[in-house]
Amino acid sequence: MADTDVLVAPNILEYPYTRTVGPVLGRFMTGLRDGRIEGIRASDGRVLVPPAEYDPVTSESLDQFVEVGQAGVVTTWAWVTEPRPPHPLERPFAWALIRLDGADTALLHVVDAGDESKMATRMRVRVRWRDHRVGEIQDIACFVPEEGQ
Amino acid sequence: MRDVAVVSFAQLPNVRSEDKRNEVEMLMPVISEAIEGSGIPRKEIGFTVSGSCDYLVGAPFSFVTGLDAVGAWPPIQESHVEMDGAWALYEAWVRLQHGDLDSALVYSFGKSSLGPLRDIMVLQLDPYCVAPLWPDSISVAALQARAWLESGHEESEMAEVAARSRRDAKANPMAQLSEERDPATLLEEPYLVSPLRRHDCPPLSDGAAAMILAAGDLAREVCERPAWISGLDHRIEAHGLGVRDLTTSPSTALAGRHAGGTDVEVAELHAPFTHQEPILREALELGPQVTVNPSGGALAANAMMVAGLTRIGEAARRIIDGSATRSLGHATSGPCLQQNLVCVMEAR
Repeated sequence: MADTDVLVAPNILEYPYTRTVGPVLGRFMTGLRDGRIEGIRASDGRVLVPPAEYDPVTSESLDQFVEVGQAGVVTTWAWVTEPRPPHPLERPFAWALIRLDGADTALLHVVDAGDESKMATRMRVRVRWRDHRVGEIQDIACFVPEEGQ
Repeated sequence: MRDVAVVSFAQLPNVRSEDKRNEVEMLMPVISEAIEGSGIPRKEIGFTVSGSCDYLVGAPFSFVTGLDAVGAWPPIQESHVEMDGAWALYEAWVRLQHGDLDSALVYSFGKSSLGPLRDIMVLQLDPYCVAPLWPDSISVAALQARAWLESGHEESEMAEVAARSRRDAKANPMAQLSEERDPATLLEEPYLVSPLRRHDCPPLSDGAAAMILAAGDLAREVCERPAWISGLDHRIEAHGLGVRDLTTSPSTALAGRHAGGTDVEVAELHAPFTHQEPILREALELGPQVTVNPSGGALAANAMMVAGLTRIGEAARRIIDGSATRSLGHATSGPCLQQNLVCVMEAR
């Protein structure tokens, strides 16, 4: 069979419904809309950011919210030289796990550092908020290296 | 526990794109080969279970179509997991523990070629806080690779895993990517997503595999040297990447302990990225005397939902063909080795 005989058809999958994110993530997302980052205290006292509804180790329900800082430390990172179409930035950037001040776990986001040489584990980065916020993780446009580095 | 053994395994050659065959057409020859290799008549197979992923096909319940390759009429006892076929194997093993059935067919299939796999894999991540940013599968693995490197390792260790895996794959006719490369020259190549280079990543593969399990006397009757499953366990870690220590694999260590993964001669580890092999070796406490991934592993062929079952099949094959007396097969799922299964097999 020649290649020209292979039939190709587009397949567009859509989910035409919306759903609530629930009391814990809902509060986190509302915080982002208002320019605030809230974590939740786990059973062992650690502050989880983003917050989880259930303890990642004991599975207990969690409900003690804790506001954390808007800057923190990079715990690991990866440099993207060629961003893919869905990526948050169109220019080279870093993915990073970022432990915000007051948090004990790290949040995955992007760092707009300009050049790979500006990135390092343990560097400090600060939130850059999106101008028009709606209550989603993209309300954090990116993180940027903290001034003075 | 009831004694259950792998008595037959078959796989398709892994290729970049199976563009002429649909999943059923891929499965028919591989399922037939496994059944015929077992010597158990198709109509007498007690239980059938498959592993696959609807997200690859982009259609719900796509696994139901796969049943056309089995011949499910008159009706059969059948199940499915939306996971790698290694977890279908786990279900089959549990099912055979009930004692009323003596054999099971396990199969899995995956066509990575149908869409942008790096982006499709994002859909396994937290849908609220992570997936909306679209961290593709190579970027997520790169975060783990840097954490591992900075815990006291060198990029040369990763290049050596890549070079050894693809060199070993030259002896594996089912492998997709095999080549002879000097680890030092690999390190001269540019980063894909720093600190990962192209050689640190698995190929994009289409493939399918099938396995026959048999219990007790039936296994002894149909197979001269069954690969008896002496231990099988799987464990999972938290969903959030920032909650975990990415430099170790506590779930693999736990599964390995429960499965009794000691004193093995051969281990087939499902490590799609080079840095993951030493993480798994350490978690399973595999010494230098253990031959790791003689097939070339997932760095040589990585059909989604198939590569894990294939690790167990490759480890079983070495018991069945008499080249080993005790082997270990490992499968992983989720980002950065989130979930891990260990299957220990032995000759008796």
